[in-house]
Amino acid sequence: MSFWQTHKPSLIALGLLAAALLSTVIIVPETKQAVIIRTGEPVSVVNQFSPRKPFGSTGAGIWWRLPIIDRVQYVDRRILNLDMQPQQVLSNDQQRLQVDAYARFRIIDPVLMVESAVSEDNLRAQLAPILSSVLRQELGRRPFAALLTAERGTAMANIRAALDRQARQYGAQVIDVRIKRADLPDGSPLETAFTRMQTDRQAESETIKARGEKDAQIIRAEAEAEAARIYAEAYGKDPEFYDFYRAMQSYRSTFLGGEGQSSIILSPDNEYLRQFRGRR
Amino acid sequence: MAGRKSPWGGGSGGGSGGGSGRGPEDGDGPAGEGEDSGSGPPDQDRPGSGKSGGPRNPWLPPGSGDGPRRTPNIEDIFRSRGPEGPRRRGGPGGPGFRLPPRPGGKSWFPVAVAAIVGIWVLVSSTHQVQPKEQGMVTWFGGKYSRSMTPGLNFTLPWPIQQVTVENVSEIRPLRIGTEGEKLILTGDQNLVDLSYLVRWKIKDLTQFSYQLDNPELTLAEVGESAMRASVAEQDLDAVVSGEGRSDIEAGVRQRMQAVLDAYKSGIAIEGVAIEKADPPTKVVEAFKAVSAAQQEANATRNRSRAYAQQVLARAQGDAAAFDQIYAQYKLAPEVTRRRLYYETMESVLGKVDKTVIEAPGVTPYLPLPEVKRRAVEAAPPTIVTGPKGN
Repeated sequence: MSFWQTHKPSLIALGLLAAALLSTVIIVPETKQAVIIRTGEPVSVVNQFSPRKPFGSTGAGIWWRLPIIDRVQYVDRRILNLDMQPQQVLSNDQQRLQVDAYARFRIIDPVLMVESAVSEDNLRAQLAPILSSVLRQELGRRPFAALLTAERGTAMANIRAALDRQARQYGAQVIDVRIKRADLPDGSPLETAFTRMQTDRQAESETIKARGEKDAQIIRAEAEAEAARIYAEAYGKDPEFYDFYRAMQSYRSTFLGGEGQSSIILSPDNEYLRQFRGRR
Repeated sequence: MAGRKSPWGGGSGGGSGGGSGRGPEDGDGPAGEGEDSGSGPPDQDRPGSGKSGGPRNPWLPPGSGDGPRRTPNIEDIFRSRGPEGPRRRGGPGGPGFRLPPRPGGKSWFPVAVAAIVGIWVLVSSTHQVQPKEQGMVTWFGGKYSRSMTPGLNFTLPWPIQQVTVENVSEIRPLRIGTEGEKLILTGDQNLVDLSYLVRWKIKDLTQFSYQLDNPELTLAEVGESAMRASVAEQDLDAVVSGEGRSDIEAGVRQRMQAVLDAYKSGIAIEGVAIEKADPPTKVVEAFKAVSAAQQEANATRNRSRAYAQQVLARAQGDAAAFDQIYAQYKLAPEVTRRRLYYETMESVLGKVDKTVIEAPGVTPYLPLPEVKRRAVEAAPPTIVTGPKGN
């Protein structure tokens, strides 16, 4: 209490000084450019982007302004993101493609930006339709197959250049435009693609099965041929004996192997009954 | 709490009971020294003094409780804190202790302020940066000053110099395509459902902090663009089967790094890994059918191989048997032939019904009902051999 009483004037002076400092001194971060607007007119830019200056030697840091008269508008100094709504693009062979692209830009002339677009969000809103129209124009000149491949290099460079030309009017520089995705649109194009894939696979599986059958047939035929060769080699030594031997085997398997009973009516002239008559 | 039997109250009747209850009230340094030097208040409520009816309440300031134990009321508390509290009766070590006057009789206030400022300066100007981390110093949160390497670093105190510390060695994962189906067109205009993981870390903290509006979004978008470009160079089979994966992963990494370097983003791509590369759900059945067909074809081949082995083995067996017999037959052709014939006939005719018709003039009578009965049973063959010509 006594402290307050003894130092009252100096404390008040200190408070006033702090208030004056706060309204005069501004701190510009490395990520921002500050446009000082004096009574509605942009008078100067603090920490304007320059590609050659490394961080630490840029204009960021403490700066001043006139209280009340000067207004400071911060403009982003970083590379900004411009996203686009997915677009249907018609290729020159009348095929549809769903394209999603993005652009990266930087505000290099904050005064122009503040005058023409006021804020970054507003600038984005201005640039997005330009991007989609440029994209449609450029991709519409190319065949569908060319859009799918990665070799879109010249197309992308053209799009970037066209967008950059427009963006310069807002004090922005377009650094890069890239296609994030190029897809078949939902609905019939996608469905037909699925059908094509399906039939493709069906053809493949049928081919595989048929190939298996073919191999199986060949394997069986080769085995049978080999078996025939073995038989011929063995039996060819004495065809007459083979006939007899095989007939014996055949009788056994026919009469003995079969189910049920057989009846045989024999004539006494039969070879088996030759000795029946006791003839010699 | 206050009503419970206090553990302090049961202590021996020694003298220092009053001191222990007092410690927490003035935790500062100066109060501690007062405890040693001070004589302590009169211990009126000590156990053994005869006046207190029960154990001493430790929460009650020792100077206030003359009567039997009770909880402190608000008056007690304020009385012990005010200048006319127990200090009037006790020494400087009692509760509600005040700093002894400074030499010269001035206030402690400037000293306290200086001490706080000193601590502030000390705390906010030394920075311990862990081995994995990197720090960044800015003037007033604005202009970049310098980087801090791991170890102990000194800066000007806050807010003159402000410090941001970030883990730069940590490899961060970014997963893309994990939720739902993410269809990507391949080079042969097929679709593949892909999800992948990008591992990245901060290469340059300054660039990472100051160059990009939203580094992580940029990373995701650059990754997606690079992945689609790389997948479009491969056929569906190469993507799904995995033979093209390493090419894709290397291509994506290279593409991403080139773009991110062009942005001066300060991001290093450590690796890209494809986690899933499946056909779209709608056609996955057809893909499964292909592998099923593969299996089926192999099964057919196996079956025919088994058959082939059977046929061959049988042929070899038959041939070997014939060779054996034939070798014997060669030795004694006529006898062997006869023997085989009789043996066969014996076993054949031994099991069947036999009818021998003697005279050539007899008309054979077949017992048809009998034959029919048998036919109904098992359709057995009836064989009639005509008289042989020899």
